[in-house]
Amino acid sequence: MKRFHLPLLIMALVAMSLTMFYHKAFNLGFPLTPAQTTSNWIVEARVGFEPTGGAVTARVFIPDQPRGLAILDENFISRGYGLTTGLVGENREAVWTTRQPSGRQVLYYRTTVYRLDRDRRGEDPYPGPVSPPQWEEPYASAAEEVITRVRARSADITSFATVLVRDLKQEPDENISLFVSSSDSDRAKVRTAIDLLAGARIPARMAHGIPLTERSRDLQLQTWLEVHNTREWVPINIHDGSVGYPENFMVWWYGDEDPVRLNRARNPQISFAVTQNYMDAIDVAQQRAQVMDSWLMDFSLFNLPVQTQNMYRVLLLVPLGAMIIVLLRNIVGIQTFGTFMPVLIALSFRETELLGGIILFTLIVSLGLAIRFYLDRLKLLLVPRLASVVIVVIMLMLTLSILSHNLGIEHGLSVALFPMVILAMTIERMSIVWEEHGPSDAIRQGIGSLAVAAAAYLLMINPTIDHLFFVFPELLLIALAVTLLLGRYTGYRLSELVRFKAFKGEKAS
Amino acid sequence: MKWFISPRELRRKGVVGMNQRNADLIAEHNPRPLYPLVDDKLRTKQLALEAGMAVPELYGVIETNHDIRHLPRIVARSDDFVIKPAHGAGGNGILVITGRMRDSFRKSSGRMVDLEGVGHHVSNVLSGMHSLGGQPDKAMVEYRVKFDPLFEKVSHQGVPDIRTVVYKGYPIMAMVRLPTRDSDGKANLHQGAVGVGVNLGTGRTGKGVWHNRIVDVHPDTGAPIQGLQIPGWDALLEMAARCFEITGLGYLGVDVVLDRERGPLMLELNARPGLAVQLANGSGLGERVRLIESLHREGLSPQRRAALAQECFSSAAKPAA
Repeated sequence: MKRFHLPLLIMALVAMSLTMFYHKAFNLGFPLTPAQTTSNWIVEARVGFEPTGGAVTARVFIPDQPRGLAILDENFISRGYGLTTGLVGENREAVWTTRQPSGRQVLYYRTTVYRLDRDRRGEDPYPGPVSPPQWEEPYASAAEEVITRVRARSADITSFATVLVRDLKQEPDENISLFVSSSDSDRAKVRTAIDLLAGARIPARMAHGIPLTERSRDLQLQTWLEVHNTREWVPINIHDGSVGYPENFMVWWYGDEDPVRLNRARNPQISFAVTQNYMDAIDVAQQRAQVMDSWLMDFSLFNLPVQTQNMYRVLLLVPLGAMIIVLLRNIVGIQTFGTFMPVLIALSFRETELLGGIILFTLIVSLGLAIRFYLDRLKLLLVPRLASVVIVVIMLMLTLSILSHNLGIEHGLSVALFPMVILAMTIERMSIVWEEHGPSDAIRQGIGSLAVAAAAYLLMINPTIDHLFFVFPELLLIALAVTLLLGRYTGYRLSELVRFKAFKGEKAS
Repeated sequence: MKWFISPRELRRKGVVGMNQRNADLIAEHNPRPLYPLVDDKLRTKQLALEAGMAVPELYGVIETNHDIRHLPRIVARSDDFVIKPAHGAGGNGILVITGRMRDSFRKSSGRMVDLEGVGHHVSNVLSGMHSLGGQPDKAMVEYRVKFDPLFEKVSHQGVPDIRTVVYKGYPIMAMVRLPTRDSDGKANLHQGAVGVGVNLGTGRTGKGVWHNRIVDVHPDTGAPIQGLQIPGWDALLEMAARCFEITGLGYLGVDVVLDRERGPLMLELNARPGLAVQLANGSGLGERVRLIESLHREGLSPQRRAALAQECFSSAAKPAA
């Protein structure tokens, strides 16, 4: 059991991390790359009518989990109306009621939707074959003739519907012309097609929707035919028989009913307007998670105040830096000052940028070291000496900042509080190593620390990594798993292959 | 292909790497609670004295800055002495005074230092500057070893010592550490001292290693380092083996100095002995650890263990050519 303990722990950590990561990335739609935007649309339906006296009820279809889209937000705008929403058959409807309307009434329904590649709508079960309609002659035999001919040229339900729609459009022979005329509206054509499909016992329905464009007002509703191929509803264009909705098409309601049904009112009008928007993908995913009531969002970093968020943006990268240190120290064998000093140096590079940071670091550390050796001659005790070094380092930075500002170089100014402490500590550590192990060790460890810090810094400033760890903090579990795994590495370090090269070619003893 | 060695070849020779040392030897055989016994040289000295082992005589201990005023009284007994931190690591913070002229002291480098300078060193030691983790420390003032003339020609200042690696109470490898100009009189290999392999069976020196290179002569004096016979080798190995009993540490470095008058003195113990000893002996520790594992029996006396190890490894180290 002891042997499997660590591997099991590592596997559990990785599995946990990946599960959460997958859920957030693919179910909630958190973006994998930084600064990603998602387009969304604000769709507004404007319903107008004239009351004829008395209490008015207006029933309006509204979208219900439209295919390929996700609703982020809904607003109902009306003055003096009571509102309920509910499901009616396949559709959702809003019911506005008022007792004493006067003059022309206008109601608004506004919704924000965005594209979602995964369809959240469960697949509709097959409603079963429909019973054919009872036609009178000559319709009955004509319909039979049409169906027989279409069946001969089609392979399955979908192609049957496609061929039928094309026939209705193109071949006004005597059988078909009984059912259609060229002046028929789309809606009438769909109605006819549904009837004829019913003759072949194929379930079909009418769908009404609008295309989501960049920006437009007074959008025309489009009417589509949908047939059920026993697995799912397949949309068919009533004009040319092509299968599938175009990109960014929003189905508003199904069925042959009017979108607005009024009680004690007349002249219903409905018009649609669409505006496309670009939103930060993270905001969209967050809203979405809230709509979906995901418990994960209760633990999201995005709920924290912005300042705390910014702090964690930096802090979350420290584990990654620590992982790099483990890698470079235990696998490669680079010597550094202390264990985590390089991570701290890397963090201070964030404020100065790499090249400026390295130059500044080397400059201040060498100057500080020189002063430290001078202080040593004064025979000060450890703590006062460390304090003196800090004071001198601040004065050095001050001088450097003023000098570089006067010379017009802005890098020197970016030294903040944090790097200062790190520089002072580095100087103290380096001087001790210098004294005790000699200059070569001190310089080697200094360069090692800088190199490790630079590597950690380059990884830490990578915007994708920054973004990934902030949006998906559960990735820290993977960093932990990797570190645990490295903790069991007992093989040779790369540097030891050089160190022990004297063994080369000798006989094994 | 010249400047490195393949890991496969290293593994075949049984060479132990840093990670393996930390995981398989130190973490496995050295329980943490026992570390203070060897990290505190004062406690080590007491343990060794209780066990009747020979150690350099302790003149006095300074524990606070206030006590520094006792320094003249402590060092009055002898013209030469050594000041070292009780928790020092890697030979850091050791001040060797070889002689005295009125109020000034001569350091091993030949430079003079006054009483104030010595006091400053002591207070640095007390502040923890030379200690593991920078903890406040104690300063020990003790007998300066007058090392055996055997190593006179192959040392540059400082005191050469003999490091024996003891595994589960069996001496498994040893080397003589010779200070050089590079190492500033210190006997640590990573500071530039020469490590000379010792045949465990005979106590005769073989080739040496300096800055990870194989050498035959001392880099400063040019004297050959091979074929030197360490006197009282059997007793020295037995002393090393006994250190297992007094500490309980299964992977131990025992540092012994040869004093001209007092013979082998146990200087200090190390719970994390380095790996350079492998280079000095041209042999891997892993091989020898495996051999001991196969021979190991409970309840053997230190003499028996030392003798057994001598038998096992007499041919292991390369004979002096």
